Amino acid sequence: MNQHVIPKLNRRAFVIGTATAGAGLALGLDLPFGGPAVVRAADGAPEVNAWVVIRPDDTVVIRIARSEMGQGTLTGLAQLVAEELECDWSKVTTEYPTPGQSVARKRAWGDFSTGGSRGIRTSQDYVRKGGATARVMLIQAAANEWKVPAAECKAANSVITHTPSGKTTTYGKVAEAAAKLEPPADVKLKDPKDWTIAGKGLKRLDTTDKTTGKMIYGIDVKLPGMLNAAIKDCPVFGGKVKSFDEAKVSGMKGVKKVVPVGDSAVAVVADTWWHAKTALDALPIVWDEGDNAKVSSETIAKWLAEGLDNAQPAYVGNQNGDAKAAIAGAAKKVEAVYSYPFQNHATMEPMNATVLYTPDKCEVWCGTQNGEAAFAAALEASGLPADKVDVHKLMLGGGFGRRGMTDYVRQAVAIAKQMPGTPIKLLWSREEDMQHGKYHPVTQCKLTGAFDADNNLVALHYRLSGQSILFSVRPEALQNGMDPAAFQGVAQSGEAAIGYSVPNLLVEHSMRNPHVPPGFWRGVNVNHNAIYMECFMDELAQAAGQDPLEFRRKLMGKNPKHLAVLNAVAEKIGWSTPAPKGVYRGIAQVMGYGSYVAGAAEISVTDGSKIKVHRIVASTDPGYVVNPAQVERQIAGSFVYGLSALFYGGCTVKDGRIEQTNFDTYNSMRINEMPKVEAVMVPSGGFWGGVGEPTIGVAAPAVLNAYFAATGKRIRSFPLRNQNISFA
Amino acid sequence: MANLKINGKTINVDVEDDTPLLWAIRENVGLTGTKYGCGIAQCGACTVHVDGVAIRSCGITVNEAAGKEITTIEGLAAGGVMHKVQLAWIASDVPQCGYCQSGMIMAVAALLKENPKPSDDDINDAITNICRCGTFQQVREAIHAAANT
Repeated sequence: MNQHVIPKLNRRAFVIGTATAGAGLALGLDLPFGGPAVVRAADGAPEVNAWVVIRPDDTVVIRIARSEMGQGTLTGLAQLVAEELECDWSKVTTEYPTPGQSVARKRAWGDFSTGGSRGIRTSQDYVRKGGATARVMLIQAAANEWKVPAAECKAANSVITHTPSGKTTTYGKVAEAAAKLEPPADVKLKDPKDWTIAGKGLKRLDTTDKTTGKMIYGIDVKLPGMLNAAIKDCPVFGGKVKSFDEAKVSGMKGVKKVVPVGDSAVAVVADTWWHAKTALDALPIVWDEGDNAKVSSETIAKWLAEGLDNAQPAYVGNQNGDAKAAIAGAAKKVEAVYSYPFQNHATMEPMNATVLYTPDKCEVWCGTQNGEAAFAAALEASGLPADKVDVHKLMLGGGFGRRGMTDYVRQAVAIAKQMPGTPIKLLWSREEDMQHGKYHPVTQCKLTGAFDADNNLVALHYRLSGQSILFSVRPEALQNGMDPAAFQGVAQSGEAAIGYSVPNLLVEHSMRNPHVPPGFWRGVNVNHNAIYMECFMDELAQAAGQDPLEFRRKLMGKNPKHLAVLNAVAEKIGWSTPAPKGVYRGIAQVMGYGSYVAGAAEISVTDGSKIKVHRIVASTDPGYVVNPAQVERQIAGSFVYGLSALFYGGCTVKDGRIEQTNFDTYNSMRINEMPKVEAVMVPSGGFWGGVGEPTIGVAAPAVLNAYFAATGKRIRSFPLRNQNISFA
Repeated sequence: MANLKINGKTINVDVEDDTPLLWAIRENVGLTGTKYGCGIAQCGACTVHVDGVAIRSCGITVNEAAGKEITTIEGLAAGGVMHKVQLAWIASDVPQCGYCQSGMIMAVAALLKENPKPSDDDINDAITNICRCGTFQQVREAIHAAANT
């Protein structure tokens, strides 16, 4: 079995003052798939191209630009390269190129960003071509050596065979010669139905080190002479530091320095993090909290509620017919208001980054979902040019969208800059992490449905009010002020399109941006949009006196892929047969990140408030499945994340700050609360969808709809703990 | 100053008596397999064995741990042979991000020592570690597999 360590480059890079990560990589090449000059990895092995290095012992090193945070992309991408390369999977290992190397090579490895469930789907094409190109070059090198036409040679399992003569050689023997060849202009990729490595539930490449404690996360970085920093940012977002009394803590054990970080934070640097944190807790800090200190969950809710009023301006994200007129003239009208709170990502590993800054060089070691964004942040914070900055990526102790942001990198550079030559590891306490997140956006939604006299749904008005992530994070992506991503899951078309056809439809967003910073939280806008829409579909089915599944089916005739996954879960859970006595079912579907997903839950409820989830069935059509074992884990994990947020989550605001500070006030599901998730994969081919996020959209509504079936009660605001509803 | 017996070795660590064992293990002894998750004994990422019992190391001080047999994830494999829980973990490909898994494995190893064939209910009662990736069904599968080896 092959078991591999990810950060090989990074580990070498720990030796400061000698070769830094991948120093052996020649820089300045402008050909993404190799070139006439041989580029060498740090150990001297030749690069066949940017994606593939082959050592003389036949070890295949596959370069991975996207980040591994548990989602399995590292293994999946390696499978795709190996598939086209026709190499021996047992000899595959992986390494991360650094963003600095990528910049120096004109982005030879493409996009590093690992969010939006894009890890596989938006790099599959060029990484497969990378593998195929290398294969063609290796075969050509062997053919040249044998002086035979390459067309007479074939490759399998890292062995090249000249078919007519039966002569064989291995990749390791011809890699040096292959690296000197011009890459082919074009390569043909395999039909996925012929895959033998991709498409299989192969074991992850990073498991062993994660079971022995050897895996190095950002928090585990050790550098010679390193000091540790603990930080406190103003608890009120937007507030500033007025003053701090360094003298009160400078004599405490291990304390080296107390430094301002920007205008809103203070850090204590000490020999150990425990000393730094102890001193920071004792440090008197006076904050200028500013006007945001007046904001509370109540004031935010009131402001958002105003946005539900049709008289208020709103951006139209999707419409057909005239929903307002159809509703006004309808035989029957159903209306409901839902809301969804802020949520913290609460990655198990709190934010951290280690930085060594000198006036001549700034190096960063951290877990990041976006190496290039971390690089850009380090560039800006250090003020150094691109060739003097680099970021060494480490395993992430959870990402879920949080580590796509770079606030912690900027802080670490700002601290290290005040102590040139000394490596500084900045680690946030859990409390800092909980109170300085980039939160799931807060929204409310008023949904109005209208029926004709025959109980046909003739109109649907979906009016969202609340926060835009892009407004805060990527304002350049707004379209005339509108946040197009706000309509994820209820959009007219694209990778997150609504699955229902309603004669008169209006989907709109009254944008209201409270001061609490939003971020991309697993599922992003699909999450709350799916909860609102799928719970309301259940309400509409009830109002029409129809079965929730049949009611949906009638509206989904024009969306066969949405319908197919819904049908798949309905069949698997046995919707057409009665549930066991005392057990109730709920169902939901949504499209997100280019994939179609559906979920169904079986629950029982005691005393109207104690929920036991007995069964979860979930179906996904992501087009192609690269590693079914990992897709299954992403589906199951999405339920744990989504139901943790539904039952236990919710971040509330008081005096301008987040009230929850740790897992005692922001709990997460445990093993006793989670049933097995039965995953049904129905890849239909012809498109590439994402996997890590879409399923979270159906987790909460499947359970909420089952709760209604059990109790006749609709829950429209969350988390459930606020309604005194808990796990049994 | 405290004498800690960690993974069979006695190590003298120069820390204040009230330093949480977790931070002495990570920063003074240098064993980083034991993870910091919450610091308030909620999540279990820092679970180690103290005299054979699973303990959240952020919740006890070096003073309390001094002289006791402490085992961390790095010491779980005896004589270079992986513990059966680690082998089951690899066979079931349990970890996702892996950050909580040291603590999870230590908690499970302690459970199996006390209860070699735990039922699902026993697992539900004993394993209370947080895993944000949601590896629970693989954790359960691997516990049963380890119990049967």
